[in-house]
Amino acid sequence: MNFGFNEEQELLRSTARKFFENECPSDVVRRLMETPEGMSPALWTKLAEQGWTGLIYPEEFDGMGLGLVDLVVLMEEMGRAVVPGPYFSTLLLGGLALLEAGSDAQKKEWLPRIASGHKRVTLAWMEPSAILGPDGVTLSVTRKNGRFVLSGTKLFVPDAHTADAIVVAARTSPGGGDGAGVSLFLLPKDTAGMEVKLLPTMDQTRKLCEVTLRDAQVDADALVGAADRGFIPMGRALDRATVALCAEMCGGAQKVLDMTVEYAKIRQAFGRPIGSYQGVKHKAADMLVDVENSKSITYYAAWALDEGAAEGPLAVSMAKAYVSDAFRRVAALGIQLHGGIGFTWEHDLHLYFKRAKGSEFAFGDATYHRERVAQFVNL
Amino acid sequence: MDFALTPEQQSFRDEVRHWLERNLPRSWAERLHGGSDIPRPEAYEFLRNWQRKMYDAGFVGLTWPKECGGRGLTFMEEMILHEEMALAQAPPVLNILAIGMAGPTIIAYGTEEQKKRFPPKMLSCEEIWCQGYSEPNAGSDLASLGTRAVKDGEYYVVNGQKVWTSLAHVADWMMLLARTDPDAPKHKGITYFLLDMHTPGVTVKPLKQITGDAEFNEVYFDNVRVHESQILGGLNNGWAVGLTTLMYERLALGFGLQVRLRIALDSLVALARRTTKNGTPASQDPVIRQKLAQLWIDTEVFKYTGARAITRLLKGELPGPEASTGKMMWVEGHQRLQELAMEIEGPYAQLTRGSAWAIADGLWQHTFLRSRANSIEGGTTEIQRNIIGERVLGLPKG
Repeated sequence: MNFGFNEEQELLRSTARKFFENECPSDVVRRLMETPEGMSPALWTKLAEQGWTGLIYPEEFDGMGLGLVDLVVLMEEMGRAVVPGPYFSTLLLGGLALLEAGSDAQKKEWLPRIASGHKRVTLAWMEPSAILGPDGVTLSVTRKNGRFVLSGTKLFVPDAHTADAIVVAARTSPGGGDGAGVSLFLLPKDTAGMEVKLLPTMDQTRKLCEVTLRDAQVDADALVGAADRGFIPMGRALDRATVALCAEMCGGAQKVLDMTVEYAKIRQAFGRPIGSYQGVKHKAADMLVDVENSKSITYYAAWALDEGAAEGPLAVSMAKAYVSDAFRRVAALGIQLHGGIGFTWEHDLHLYFKRAKGSEFAFGDATYHRERVAQFVNL
Repeated sequence: MDFALTPEQQSFRDEVRHWLERNLPRSWAERLHGGSDIPRPEAYEFLRNWQRKMYDAGFVGLTWPKECGGRGLTFMEEMILHEEMALAQAPPVLNILAIGMAGPTIIAYGTEEQKKRFPPKMLSCEEIWCQGYSEPNAGSDLASLGTRAVKDGEYYVVNGQKVWTSLAHVADWMMLLARTDPDAPKHKGITYFLLDMHTPGVTVKPLKQITGDAEFNEVYFDNVRVHESQILGGLNNGWAVGLTTLMYERLALGFGLQVRLRIALDSLVALARRTTKNGTPASQDPVIRQKLAQLWIDTEVFKYTGARAITRLLKGELPGPEASTGKMMWVEGHQRLQELAMEIEGPYAQLTRGSAWAIADGLWQHTFLRSRANSIEGGTTEIQRNIIGERVLGLPKG
């Protein structure tokens, strides 16, 4: 057993840390989050030059062929820098859905272009009901002259407004609770009848959209993989995305802890650094426990998915349940221990606090995943 | 990153598993299992025999050097052993203070004679050890301890009192911290002695706890003579030696505690399945399920944080102050687990051993009460937070 990172992974970490410190410092984050696009094409090109836009895709699709454990390292660093933009939605949602469900032709067409940074694809999965399971997918599909006609509303779709195409989960037959009856379709951004509306979000660094389809017609080859069999491969993509998100959250939580400890060492009150008071010190210790535990369970989940271990999905839910709560606690304590300055727009803490809140509800919150754990372990 | 076992480790795991299958005392769990870390007094004889059996099979002291009666294996095998014991719900090792603390400290600091004399009898449970650290006026502030040891020829004469001493009433030996230089700064005048508990002048008085049991004791020293050859790690060097013990304590507890928590959780899940709440099993109640699932997650998290620490150890690094997070996590998790047991039992939580209506003969009532000590013994949670704050995060001392 070896529960540590190897030399290449440590090198990736230091490279990524330097990269984001140079290319995406907090003033860049703030500038981008104020724009509707929430991304910088120049930064996107640089991410692609590093090979990171294809990090976990197989080499046959021009990816780096690395695993989730490697990606965890990069995601931690992205979380540390609250990097805005569609990296997550492209690599882990749209791209992975195509990798998991797509035909060979679809994978060959799209994945190399995603890996090279030329195309971005996101995934439209949830609907206004906010039901996470297959029952939540109700977007209707009818067939007309050999084409598919899609109607319905998708919500909480990340970066749909800057994507070149959207993978849309739709209901093609009644199916059951096992996910049968859900199909995936790939819709280019200019599809007639598709309207994308940017939603104002608490976390401005992560853009979410409403995608409305009104009799949107697509060709038969828009179907991603097999009809009625889209939910399970999408679930595999979402499992990976969830772990990657947990890693991003770990990176953010670590940064909040670092900022807080730094501040507690220099900020004076009653003639002493506030970090010398147990009221502050003990909360900082609790933050460390949350951060370290979050990493442990996230790393484990990444390893379990890379290995295809039977407990993979259980590990994913354990990680998301734990990290959702932990990052929220850490971010809140970060503000508390900073005092008034931590509540200002000027200080970066709110970027992390809001990222924690947004991430908490992405892919199911702690309550949802605890129930999933209960089911997995046959409670 | 790799959690897979090597073929050698797998065969070790199989060896342990098969041995446990054949040798586990079947009915022990119902009779004696407490879920807490220190066994109840009526279990001592049983546990002494159990440890002896494990020792004869070669499963005690895995990481100790062969010349000290161990097997010279790594922490990896130790972890595998503990995991298998948890899965099999095996009884704990009684002489835990010797195996987890005194032994490794003697191996690290002892003279050749001490290393030959003590470790084998710790492993076989022929000699039980207790820890003479805390005093009525030296708990969290251990370095202010007042028990004196005054030189008299080749002997030191010990006078004073220790308290909260687990197992002292059955112990043969004590790890004793006593002040040998009252004029030195408080950390620098302490010596670590290996004290024979049968020496004249040692008096053990059981201390009745909120559980009604007396597993802790007060120990009084009245002109107790200890030979200078029983000093461990040098005169006035007791603070450093004692800290090593505590470091091993947290490490040993890290393995052991995860196992105990896992065993207790399995029992709790079983309790939730067979206890009815509003006409359905408690395990189907959505609120209880959330709490059970969180405990399940926390138990696993505890394991993997431990695994990261073990990875550091296997790379040859010493257990660091990070080990403090394990104790805190366990305390918080175990106390929450015990509270949940009471919640699941509902009004029956009020009934203790002796009532035919008491669930599981009042077992959970005992473990629930016992768990209140968890955040005090072995370094209070407040002290653990200080250690993390100061030694891991580098925050200034108050």
